[in-house]
Amino acid sequence: MAIEILMPALSPTMEEGNLAKWLVKEGDSVSAGDIIAEIETDKATMEVEAVDEGVVAKIAVEEGAQGVKVNAVIAVLAEEGEDASSLDVTQPKAVEAPASSEPVAEAPVQVSAAPAMEVANDPDVPEGTAIVSMTVRDALNSAMAEEMRRDEDVFIMGEEVAEYQGAYKITQNLLQEFGKRRVVDTPITEHGFAGIGVGAAMSGLKPIVEFMTWNFAMQAIDHIINSAAKTLYMSGGQMGAPMVFRGPNGAAARVGAQHSQCYAAWYSQIPGLKVIAPYSASDAKGLLKAAIRDPNPVVFLENEILYGQSFDVPDMEDHVLPIGKARIHKEGTDATIVTFSIGMTYAIKAAEILEAEGISVEIIDLRTIRPLDMETILTSVKKTNRLVTVEEGFPQNSVGGHIASQVMQQAFDYLDAPVITIAGKDVPMPYAENLEKLALPNVDEVIQAVKSVTYK
Amino acid sequence: MASKPSASAKPKSTVQKAPKPSSFSKEEELKSYYDMLLIRRFEEKAGQLYGMGHIGGFCHLYIGQEAVVTGMQMAIKEGDQVITGYRDHGHMLACGMNPDGVMAELTGRQDGYSKGKGGSMHMFSKEKHFYGGHGIVGGQVSLGTGLAFANKYRGNDSVSLAYFGDGASNQGQVYESFNMASLWDLPVIYIIENNRYAMGTAVTRSSALTEFSQRGASFKIPGMSVDGMDVRAVKAAGDHAAKWTRGGKGPFILEMETYRYRGHSMSDPAKYRTKDEVQKMRAEQDPIEQVKQRILENKMANEDELKSMDKKIREIVGKSAEFAQSAPLPDASELYTDILVGA
Repeated sequence: MAIEILMPALSPTMEEGNLAKWLVKEGDSVSAGDIIAEIETDKATMEVEAVDEGVVAKIAVEEGAQGVKVNAVIAVLAEEGEDASSLDVTQPKAVEAPASSEPVAEAPVQVSAAPAMEVANDPDVPEGTAIVSMTVRDALNSAMAEEMRRDEDVFIMGEEVAEYQGAYKITQNLLQEFGKRRVVDTPITEHGFAGIGVGAAMSGLKPIVEFMTWNFAMQAIDHIINSAAKTLYMSGGQMGAPMVFRGPNGAAARVGAQHSQCYAAWYSQIPGLKVIAPYSASDAKGLLKAAIRDPNPVVFLENEILYGQSFDVPDMEDHVLPIGKARIHKEGTDATIVTFSIGMTYAIKAAEILEAEGISVEIIDLRTIRPLDMETILTSVKKTNRLVTVEEGFPQNSVGGHIASQVMQQAFDYLDAPVITIAGKDVPMPYAENLEKLALPNVDEVIQAVKSVTYK
Repeated sequence: MASKPSASAKPKSTVQKAPKPSSFSKEEELKSYYDMLLIRRFEEKAGQLYGMGHIGGFCHLYIGQEAVVTGMQMAIKEGDQVITGYRDHGHMLACGMNPDGVMAELTGRQDGYSKGKGGSMHMFSKEKHFYGGHGIVGGQVSLGTGLAFANKYRGNDSVSLAYFGDGASNQGQVYESFNMASLWDLPVIYIIENNRYAMGTAVTRSSALTEFSQRGASFKIPGMSVDGMDVRAVKAAGDHAAKWTRGGKGPFILEMETYRYRGHSMSDPAKYRTKDEVQKMRAEQDPIEQVKQRILENKMANEDELKSMDKKIREIVGKSAEFAQSAPLPDASELYTDILVGA
């Protein structure tokens, strides 16, 4: 019986990869544990080991192939004596459906690129500026590199930021360009290195403190809040912490309860902090550059699932965007959806479907959670008279909950329906694929909410 | 940051013997006497004002520990940074901060160092290189290590002094900071003010290893135990530690064996130690009395001269108390200032 070797998933969010190199050829015998190929993902280059023994009967994906889907057959092993020529390779192999009696909610929608670049509050992009396609990952990386070139006081510290090239490759090549003085690998001690970063900032440096994920920053939250956010006030304006805390926030994919939490609502409660959670690559770049220049402590919440997604980015020498301004992603007349970060993917998909049904949705991408751009939200609500908020974080005291409260207090007479706040479910993030989908918001929930507020 | 060239650059044992107390000149004896007495009188006045209701919240007095910060200040140079916890009035005065501004902060007035928005535990002075004033036990250790990181990053030869107590010594982030400071050879002196009690818990009830000078052993940080009641011993140890850290050898730990006469804060029931214990320390080891005796024995000044110094200090402190009570409360508009730069 032939054994199919499948393209392996090498990280929780990997969907495809490149087959960098074959280390075996057809006809070779392999044993379990032999390294047969090198696979390149968006995070790293990794070796693939054979898990069975046999003869390489067929190599189904050529060396150098790009974008090979996870679970595609890349080679076939024949058992000894088996005739390899008779083997039929079907591509790609279907993923087994999850066995569950529960209805499975729609998976997070992958949107390839933001459609029109409607940048309501942003500085004008000079005419003739080229638009390039860029991943969020590259946008963040180039933002840091540009700011480090610009200002000697900017440095980055965190776990695996230097020699490993970033756990999520966000700091790739920074060590090579700026050296170990400015790209500092720390031990796994979030509380300690966050405090060291704040201390360095208090004396005037401009640290970027990377948390491998924001989940680990709970070890460091005392310094983010008590030391970074409050010092300016406690010192009567004498000294503060001009710095950025950044890293992936929120659920990734199937990484369980301790690694899947959105902290937008948490940090947005703290006076003395600015909180940014971009969706697109353009915003990621422009706002990270702004955050590094900002003389205040900025909590910069990224999203691992968005890292590999490409967006249009203006090819400018210095693409800096204003902190505290929401972006009207799409204009509409019947209802307003306010969301941020990966919440945008649900909103965009829902709006497309609703549009086809004749319901015009305005989408506001908050981009900055604190200071919150209530003006843009209120202006939209006064136009559409209906509001739905979407986020992946927990429902109690959510960002949407705060917005709903503000809209109720400031635009009550404009509302034609109660505000609906869509959030993650009120449960720790489960691991099982079906349960995780149920725990997160989904497109159908957004569609139903918009229909509900528009009484359709 | 550069990592160490080789582990062998570190001494085999991390425990070092404290040097002999410095021999003080007449000027040094008189200066240390003045500085310590200013702290003591200031703290006595703060205690009074607290009792009268002019100072609110928490108020942690430094009485008994004056030799530590006074001796250390005599060992460092301009540009070196100081950071500490919430028992911070003495540190501020030793750094040269104005008693009026400190007292006015205690009373929560506009003319306080933080415009009345910080209070007893949160004062800062960029000008005097004093970085607070921190209320979360142990937080200043990581922050002080960060100040040292910045010194090394900038390539200057400043040293950061991070003060903390025996209680903070059991916080996890202290060891995270020790590790990184040693790994990166940061110029930081960790000064553990062991006053024997973390609030009301004696060191023997809180700490598995009560020889705090050895707390850096796991991180190859040398340390020494110092008589923190003798300002000359503190100065000598401070000289040694400053030379060590400034010379690029990495962090150093000074355990200062000291004693706090007053309660942890103003609302301390003092059930955890006897009055006799406090009285014995006061009678036998008081840091100010020690200097006074030497000054008189060596005829560096006579009783009258010391009395007139005390009178002068009482005037300064009295004036600061008047200032602190007459200065205006912060304007209501201050509520919303200094939250963000440029906002």
